[in-house]
Amino acid sequence: MSSSKEKPKDRQPKSAFSRRSWLQGAGVSGSVLTTGLLAEEAQAQTAANVMSGEVEITLDINGKKRSVKVEPRVTLLDALRNRLDMTGAKRVCDRGTCGACTVIVGGKVMYGCSVLAVDAVGKPIQTIEGLAPEGQLHPVSKAFVNHDAQQCGYCTPGFIMATKGFLDRNPNPTTEQIDKALSGNLCRCGTYMGMKAAVLEAAKEIKNG
Amino acid sequence: MADYKWPPMDKRRVMGKRIARLDGPMKSSGRAKYPSDMNRSDLLFGALLTSPHAHAKVTGIDLTAAKAIKGVTAIRVISGPGTEIQWAGTEVAAVSAVTEEIARDAVKAIKVTYEVLPHLVKEDNLAKVGARAKAAGEQVTGDPDKAFAEADAKTAGDYGIPVITHCCLEPHGSVVAWGKDKIDFWPSTQAVSTVGGDLAKMLELPATQVHVDCQYMGGGFGAKFPADRWGAEAARLSKESGGRPVKMFLDRATELTIAGVRPSHFAKIKVAGKKDGTITGWQSESWATGGIGGGGMAPLPYVFTNIPNRRMNHTQVSLNTGPARAWRAPNHPQASFLTCAAITDFADAIKMDPYEVFFKNAAVSARPETYRKQLAKAAELIDWKKKYTHGAQKTGTLRRGLGIGIATWGGAGHASKCKITIHPDGTVEVELGSQDIGTATRTCITQVAAETLGLPMSGVKVKLGDNSYPPSGPSGGSTTIGGVSSSTRKAAVNALEKLFEKVAPSLGVTPDQLEADDSRVVVKGNPAKAMSWKQACQKMGPTPISEMGENEPRTAAREGLNTQGASGIQMAEVEVDIETGVVRIIEVVAVQDCGLVVNPKTAESQVAGAMIMSVCSALMEERITDQTTGRVLNADMEFYKLAGLPDVGKLTVHMDITPEHDARGIIGLGEPCAIGGIAAIANAAANALGVRVPMVPLTPERVLAALANRRNA
Ligand code: FES
Ligand code: FES
Repeated sequence: MSSSKEKPKDRQPKSAFSRRSWLQGAGVSGSVLTTGLLAEEAQAQTAANVMSGEVEITLDINGKKRSVKVEPRVTLLDALRNRLDMTGAKRVCDRGTCGACTVIVGGKVMYGCSVLAVDAVGKPIQTIEGLAPEGQLHPVSKAFVNHDAQQCGYCTPGFIMATKGFLDRNPNPTTEQIDKALSGNLCRCGTYMGMKAAVLEAAKEIKNG
Repeated sequence: MADYKWPPMDKRRVMGKRIARLDGPMKSSGRAKYPSDMNRSDLLFGALLTSPHAHAKVTGIDLTAAKAIKGVTAIRVISGPGTEIQWAGTEVAAVSAVTEEIARDAVKAIKVTYEVLPHLVKEDNLAKVGARAKAAGEQVTGDPDKAFAEADAKTAGDYGIPVITHCCLEPHGSVVAWGKDKIDFWPSTQAVSTVGGDLAKMLELPATQVHVDCQYMGGGFGAKFPADRWGAEAARLSKESGGRPVKMFLDRATELTIAGVRPSHFAKIKVAGKKDGTITGWQSESWATGGIGGGGMAPLPYVFTNIPNRRMNHTQVSLNTGPARAWRAPNHPQASFLTCAAITDFADAIKMDPYEVFFKNAAVSARPETYRKQLAKAAELIDWKKKYTHGAQKTGTLRRGLGIGIATWGGAGHASKCKITIHPDGTVEVELGSQDIGTATRTCITQVAAETLGLPMSGVKVKLGDNSYPPSGPSGGSTTIGGVSSSTRKAAVNALEKLFEKVAPSLGVTPDQLEADDSRVVVKGNPAKAMSWKQACQKMGPTPISEMGENEPRTAAREGLNTQGASGIQMAEVEVDIETGVVRIIEVVAVQDCGLVVNPKTAESQVAGAMIMSVCSALMEERITDQTTGRVLNADMEFYKLAGLPDVGKLTVHMDITPEHDARGIIGLGEPCAIGGIAAIANAAANALGVRVPMVPLTPERVLAALANRRNA
C-alpha cells in the first residue's frame, strides 16, 4: 500500500507519558502478532487497577477553562465526550489509527484517544465545537459541505480538525501535501472524492479572509 | 384518483438538482448528535464481557469481585453456565457503572470458566473443513459436458474473496433508559420504524412502549437492523439501575468480531467458448462461509445468466466465527468478482480484449443494450481503446492494466408512509419513520416535497428518525429512496389537493384548475391569476391540513413512481510494481443508472463511496482468523485496513441520467454501485501482471506469489 497508514509525525503525543506507552507498560498493545494472546490478556487484567481514583483537573478548551474530574487513565477524548458533553470528536478505533478523535492540543494536531486528559493540562485545546459559533460554519466545514465530503458524517469532525491544523501550518498546500496531511484519518463511507477540492477551497477562503 | 406522476424531467425545479445535503452543516460542525453522543443526565456506561473461545461451554461465572467494585450499578449474565458458545466474542455478561472505566474494570473482574470445545475458523481450503461442509446441490442447464467438449477454448481458474467486516465507524450500540411508562431508545440504526418493535419483543413488552430516536447514525452498510442482544441487555441494565440511562456501544475489537461480516466466496470456475469470444459453457464449484449458519450463495454466473450450458455446485461451510449480516448488495460483489475474473481470464486465453468479450456476451444478460451502452461510456471515460494492451505485452517494473466489473440490482422502493402537514401560516412538516444513514435521504425527501408543493427547500421541514412518525421500511437493499420519495410525493399531492379545495373559490376556479409553483398557487395557463403560498394557506382556517401518502411495493411498479433494475459498469486502471507487489489505483470509473435521480450531487458521492469501499475490499480488507486460538487476529484498525485519501486514485462517476432511465421512475442506488469495483480492480491487476492473482485483497505477498508461480510454471 501507499504510506497512508503512517501517521504524520506531529500526530504523536510529545510527552513521554502517553496513553500508548502506558498501555505498552501494561502489556496490552502489540500482542496480536505473537502467540501468547490469552496469556497477555490475563496480564493486562491484573494491570487494569494499578491507577485509580479521580483527580480534578482544569482543561483549557476552546479558550475556556473547564474543570473536570478524571482518573489518570482517562483519555482526553473520553474526558471530552463522557464528562464534558463535547461529542464532536468521535471514538472509533480508540488507539491512534483512524483520526475520528482529532483535536488540536498546543497547536499540534493530535489523536484525542492517544493523549491522557491529565497530560493536556496547561495546553490550549481546540475541538471542533470551538471552530465557529453555533449557527455559523468555519471555512473548512463549509467547504466539506459544498463538496459533499461527508456521508454518515461520523469521521467528518476528525477530518475537519486535521484539515484545520494542516492549513494553519501550510496555507498553500499542494494536492500531494493534502494527501499526506489527511492520511492519518479514515472514512468508511468513502468521502474522499470531494475532499481534496474541499481542502483547496477552504485554503483559498481562509486566505481571502 | 389524484395524479401522482413525477413532473416531466425538464419541468423540475428542485428534483434532479445538485443540492448540498441539508444536514451537512450539522455534521461538519460537530453538532450533529449521534446515538453514541447522547449524554443524558445520570448516564451510566455499559461494557460487555465476551468469550475468548470460539467454541466452548460456559461452566461457571463468579461475579463476586465485580460486584464489590464501587460504582457498579448492575451486572447481567448473558451466557450462563451450560451455554454453548459458538464464536469468539459472544456476549457472556454485561455491566453498568457510573463511569466507563469502572464498567471495564468490573468486566475484567468477572471470572468465567469454560470447557473448551474444538473449533473451526478457516474455510479457504475446502478439503480441510470436513463435516462442516454442506452441499447445496447441483444446478444444471443445457449440456455443459458437450459444450466443453466442443469448445474452441476452455479456461479454468481458482478465485477467492475472504470474509470482510462492515467496520462501521460508529460502533453498534445504543443509549437506553427504562422509564416508568416507556423505554427511550437511542440506537445507531438503519431501521427506525422496526427496531423499537424488535427491542420490545426481546424484552417481552408491548411495542408501543419503546420510543426510538436516531437523528444521525455513523454507518451501517447492512449491519444495523436489529436491536441486538447488547441493546436488550443495555435496557435491562437500565431497569436494574433504577431506570438510569445506559450507554453501551461495542468496543472496536468486539465490533469487528461479532457485529456482522460479509460472507467469503471461493470458486473453481471453468469457462468454454468460441474463438470469437462467445461463451458457451460455465462450470463452477463454489463454497462460502458467513459463520456458524453457513454462508451466502453468490448468484453464478453473475449477470451473464443465460450462458446456454451451465453446471453449478455450491457448498456452505459452517465456522465458529461471528455471524454474517447483510453487507451492501449481499452476495453480489462476490458474484461479480468471481464471474468477471473468469470471463476476463477466458478473454486473455483467446487473446481477445476483455472489453469485446464483455460487450459480445452482454447478449446473455437481462439488459444487453443497457450494458453495451454503459460499457462504451465507461471505456470512453477511462480511454480503454487507447490504453488497453494484452498482459503478455507488458514490460518494465511498473505495469499498468485495465479491468472491468459489472453489476445488477433490484432497488424497488420499500413500504413507506409519509404524513405532510401544511400549517395555516404556510409552514410545512413532512414526517416519516425513516432514517438518513448518510445517503442524503433527508435532503432527497425535502427535494420531493418542495418540488411537489412548489416551494423552495427552505419551505419544507422534514422530520425523520423517530418511530412515532408514520412507518417506513428499514434502509436495506437500496429500497429507501424509492419508498420515501413515492410516499412523500403522494402525501404532498394529497395535501395540495386539500389546499386547492380551500383556495379555489377565492380565485373563482375549480380545484383541478390550480397548481403550485414558485411559492404560489396559480391558475393553470393563467399565471396572472394567483395567490402567494402564504395567502393561500390562510384560506384553510385555523386547522392545519394533514395528509398521508403511501408507497405499497405491490402496486408501486404499476404507478411508476419507483421501479427496479439498476445496471452498472465499473472500470479500473491500476499500476503494479512487480518488484514490491504493491498495487496502486490510477483511476476507477463508474457508469451507473438508477432511474430518476433525485439529487445527482449526493448520488455521485454515494457511488464514489462505494467505489472506495471496493478499493478497500480489492486491496486491503480481510478478516484474518487464527485456527490455533480461534480468534480474529485483526479486530482493530491497524491490521484491518481501510483505504485512506491517498489510496483511492482518481474517481470518475457518471450517473446514467437519460430520458429513458428517468421514465422508469426512482430506483435505489446504494447497492448497485457497491458491486463491480472489486472485479474491475482485480482484473486490472491481472491485466497489468499478465497473470491472475487468485485471491483478493491483492496484497503484495499475493501479487509476488502469483508472479513467482508463473515463473516456476
Ligand atoms: S479514535 Fe482516536 S485515532 Fe481512532
Ligand atoms: S462519512 Fe461515514 S465514515 Fe466518513
